Amino acid sequence: MARTLFEKVWREHVIAEIGDGYELIHVDRNLLHDLSGAKALADLERRGLSVHSPDLNFAVPDHGISTAPGRTATSTEISARLAPPFAARSRAAGIRYWDVNDPEQGIVHVIGPELGLTLPGLVITCGDSHTSTHGALGAIAFGVGSTEVAHVLATQTIVQKRPGTLQVRFEGQAGDGVGPKDMILYLMGVIGAGGGDGYALEYGGSAVRALDIEGRLTICNMSIECGAKMGMVAPDDVTFDYLEGRRYAPRGAAFDAAIAHWRSLTSDPGAVFDREVVIDMADIAPQITWGTSPEHVLAVDDRVPDPAAAPDGKRAAWQEALAYMDLTPGTALQDVPVDHVFIGSCTNSRMSDLKAAARIVDGRKVAGGVTAWVVPGSQAVKAEAEAAGLDAVFRAAGFEWREPGCSQCVAANGETVAPGQRTVSTTNRNFEGRQGPRARTHLASPAMAAAAAVTGRITDVRTLEV
Amino acid sequence: MQTFTSLSGSAAPLMAANVNTDVIIRIERLSDYERDALEPFAFEAWRFTEDGAEDPEFVLNQAQWRGAPILLAGPNFGCGSSREGAVWALNCIGVRAVIAPSFGGIFRNNCYQNGTLPVVLPEETVAAFAEIARAQPDAPFTVDLERCVVVPPNGAPVAFEIDGLRRQGLLKGLDDLGLTAERMPEIAAFQDRDREVRPWVWIDG
Repeated sequence: MARTLFEKVWREHVIAEIGDGYELIHVDRNLLHDLSGAKALADLERRGLSVHSPDLNFAVPDHGISTAPGRTATSTEISARLAPPFAARSRAAGIRYWDVNDPEQGIVHVIGPELGLTLPGLVITCGDSHTSTHGALGAIAFGVGSTEVAHVLATQTIVQKRPGTLQVRFEGQAGDGVGPKDMILYLMGVIGAGGGDGYALEYGGSAVRALDIEGRLTICNMSIECGAKMGMVAPDDVTFDYLEGRRYAPRGAAFDAAIAHWRSLTSDPGAVFDREVVIDMADIAPQITWGTSPEHVLAVDDRVPDPAAAPDGKRAAWQEALAYMDLTPGTALQDVPVDHVFIGSCTNSRMSDLKAAARIVDGRKVAGGVTAWVVPGSQAVKAEAEAAGLDAVFRAAGFEWREPGCSQCVAANGETVAPGQRTVSTTNRNFEGRQGPRARTHLASPAMAAAAAVTGRITDVRTLEV
Repeated sequence: MQTFTSLSGSAAPLMAANVNTDVIIRIERLSDYERDALEPFAFEAWRFTEDGAEDPEFVLNQAQWRGAPILLAGPNFGCGSSREGAVWALNCIGVRAVIAPSFGGIFRNNCYQNGTLPVVLPEETVAAFAEIARAQPDAPFTVDLERCVVVPPNGAPVAFEIDGLRRQGLLKGLDDLGLTAERMPEIAAFQDRDREVRPWVWIDG
């Protein structure tokens, strides 16, 4: 019987069927961060339970910690409260813990792939909705709540209902200025913020095959923004080359044996998906969001939409979004001035992202009145970027070059965009208040964010010479 | 975990689509406050104006819906972040059941871990309930998990579907940890076998 990639990986993890389509699933990697992970460890303690398989759990602080140069584990009020007990509980349980200034520290969804913890065919959980990121290597990876994290800690399993399957194929060649962030933002516009609800996504098509792992990570990262808990890409030689030699990836004969198995992890010809969406790359221009949901997205050369033209049932939401964003219908998006630019997050803080932004920034200056930050996704990314001189490019232009963490993407550490200020951000959510109370967020690619930083307004990256 | 069997009370219509968990509870509140102390912070950006006063326009500030145990909501309620605090915050303002056309998947699972019932009904049914709630704000709705019905005031019961496993968990007050406790031998057997089949998964020491 022809099976999808998702079905193959899922089946390998079923411990028991427990009725009504629910199954008890083995979890191969559980990743803990300083908010939900710390809470789950405390919850476990309160329940008098212990960690079942400590070797399959990994802990790192990223959400609450400062990203200011010279930071320590206790530089922010939140991390002063959370990080020490998180570290202590993790270590006491025998869970590998990376401290804030460890050379392997970083955003949990950046270091997982980077360290080879993320492998094809694994089931990976984390108390964080952007766990979908890890699907880029062919894993089933999804976010769970903190009680579910406690369940994983206590049993190394999770109770889940098997989702349906949705195949998204990007076909054709990327146009000028169009990268993985534009692809996934465009998809949000096509299927909407709830369009993936109840599905596991599989991304394919020639344009996805052509992407490197970092690009695939960006795409899978935002699966949750259309309601899909998980999104995956079938592993291929690009994946195996990426993994070879990484810290926790198998080596030698074990690596060869793993690859032999991983090669079987593709959707069979004739496998049936519950739903299919095909996107023609020729339709995708550089994207930018205008509203307060990732589905509120347009090509950068478009204009602020008129709620009168909204689809059925969306008019009120569009009106509220425009009021929150302080935008007038008909305004050219490129006429919108910005106060802030943020380059970072588990969506776009890897080496390829920083290179794409630096290419635009090189030889230019951050526009007057704009505050611009780069927050590398991990210590490894930071070190590699510094070795390549990218930090110098950003600093010379007037960017702040900071320490790895989630920072303004979720603003849990006090690093917020000020009320009423407008930011172009390479993050994943333009929700009301996400980057700080009354902050106004426009989501875009690293190159688009860099373009906004140097011009002081939303800018079509294709109009800047490089 | 608290059980959920049946409840009656007012139903507050908060019908916007895609209400996300960031709006339900800001993330820093979850590190600053315990799960039972979130009442002042649920929907804070919508409940309060910039100067900290209550916004009288916001539905949950209106006398008839203050403390309503039932929320009527738009599609994709609870989308976004995995924070379980969204459910805790709803519980803190008294909400124990949310009726919506669809839910964010992680939020829905989090409801089941906290004795909170997500009821899925068609958009037109929820919209009709909202109309009834606005017309007769003091008349109680009943959400009955034993019979799997919602009974609007002076109306006929409307049946809803819920997976049996989730229904049993809520009726008995068992979260997933309570359900899995008896499966430990099967888990051990799986892991023993898996070490042979997929040795690369296992990191020792």
